Amino acid sequence: MVAVTPILETPQVVPPARRPRRPKIWRGAVLGIAAIYFLVPLGASFWYSVYNDQQGFSLSAYLDIFSAEGFGTSMLLSLALAVATIVLVLGLTLPAMLAVRLSAPRLGPVLEVICTLPLVVPPITFVAGISMVLRWGPDYLAATPLWGTLIAIQNETFPVVLVLAYVVLALPFVYRSLDAGLRAIDVRTLVEAARNLGASWPHVVFRVIIPNLRTAIAGASFLTLALVLGEYTIAALLGYRTFPVWIVTISGANGQLSVAVSILSLLLIWLLLLFLSSAGSKRRSTS
Amino acid sequence: MTTDGGTAAQGGSRTRSKGWLAALPLLAFVALAFGIPAIALLFGAFTVKDPKTLTSSFSTSNLTESLQGNYLNTLLSSVQLSAVVAVLGAILGTFLAQAVVTSRSRALRESVLTASGVLANFGGVPLAFAWIATLGNAGVITKAFGLADGGWSLYNFWGLALVYMYFSVPLMVLTVVPALDGLKPQWREAAGNNGATTWQYWRHVGIPVLTPSLLGGVVLLFGGAFAAYATARAMVGSTVPLVTLQIADALTGNVLIGHENMALALSLDMIVIAGLVMAVYLPLQKRSSRWLR
Repeated sequence: MVAVTPILETPQVVPPARRPRRPKIWRGAVLGIAAIYFLVPLGASFWYSVYNDQQGFSLSAYLDIFSAEGFGTSMLLSLALAVATIVLVLGLTLPAMLAVRLSAPRLGPVLEVICTLPLVVPPITFVAGISMVLRWGPDYLAATPLWGTLIAIQNETFPVVLVLAYVVLALPFVYRSLDAGLRAIDVRTLVEAARNLGASWPHVVFRVIIPNLRTAIAGASFLTLALVLGEYTIAALLGYRTFPVWIVTISGANGQLSVAVSILSLLLIWLLLLFLSSAGSKRRSTS
Repeated sequence: MTTDGGTAAQGGSRTRSKGWLAALPLLAFVALAFGIPAIALLFGAFTVKDPKTLTSSFSTSNLTESLQGNYLNTLLSSVQLSAVVAVLGAILGTFLAQAVVTSRSRALRESVLTASGVLANFGGVPLAFAWIATLGNAGVITKAFGLADGGWSLYNFWGLALVYMYFSVPLMVLTVVPALDGLKPQWREAAGNNGATTWQYWRHVGIPVLTPSLLGGVVLLFGGAFAAYATARAMVGSTVPLVTLQIADALTGNVLIGHENMALALSLDMIVIAGLVMAVYLPLQKRSSRWLR
């Protein structure tokens, strides 16, 4: 799985200018080794994807991606799962966190623990638990209406069970992102002011709270999107063909193609983070 | 986008005393989607099915077996790999972060931090493919320098460690840069004015202040390497014994009859180890935040 990491906001302070007495040989050496270690695989992968002994130089691997069998369906499935996960995870966490700020502060620590728990559980063990439930389902639920539900969530064309799993995996990141956003605004004052002026509750939520949390919500959504688009373990072990699973399937047939997809996925992460940081700096400049 | 969430907040918070109702959907969801698999896992780990009579009974024999022989080896090998990656990654990441923090070039700092953000999220299958293309048997560098003749192979313990560092070192940089920024130049000057050498400054001022962040970083890297499955699966198949690979094999039916629940017992072992490691991390994070002011 892709280790989704919260993005560090670059501090506004200019790093202190120090003047060490000794020449900065060690710094040059560290930076040089790091540059070699991090850049060589990128360059080599790119070269691998565009050059082979038979055809010489060609960009065909990149063009073949889009016409490759299964690319469209697996990509669409992953995107649909991502959208469903984002809607569900925001729809669940946002009201809960607002409630904690407004009227139930004692729930705060409980919520924090619940939203941190998934970090302790490696995805592979989570999927072991899920598959156990799905396997035992027939034994215990066959005669109940829940049986139909259990079948429905395993639908091949849109496996809801994956959405449920991804929401759990995304909880820690979404929680932290929203928590940072809520810390920056005075929710209670905003709500009371809006209510005193006669705003209805939907109005307060959609016209006052959510616009103020735009950056945090965008951040949470992008982290979730990156997580779902990169998640392999759960989808593969439950037997669904999402985008990362498709990459592995195709790699057996065409090595160059799979490396090309890998490079594109790195570019995708980079673009997502670019969106994230630009959303963050926009808010900083307006506030 | 958050229609259902909005109405829930509306219904729950109308009167102050019922505000906690808005948190109910989340709690119910976690109980359902996280709690049920967790209970199933716990239950299954302690259940043994008799291969002859097909009756189930409670026992700890799965767990004791998961801590013996081949299963124990995979567990130890996973812990070993994660520990190597965590410690080496933390050391190298700290040096890199220090090189960036002390540099006066703003552009260098910005570009290293952005690159760290990207690479720390670059994992799973694509990471494995990038390295296979570079140093695998037919990799570009392997062929260019004829490394295969020298006995080079990426598909072993140290190869895997090399690849895991690719996302671990950037993660460490992101973790430790705020702490390094918190080391005030005045402290160094004060130490220098009092006659301290560079070594003494680091020994008595720098390292003690950084310790919580450094240990926190080690824990984070350990967790990341310990839970990694996709990279290892795409790279080494089963040549390096790892507990995640073992669980996957057991889940996909690659096991002896009557041993299906070994996957669950191994999972429980993993969760206990990850939980112990995280238990170290959370208080440390609180402590280190004191220095980030």
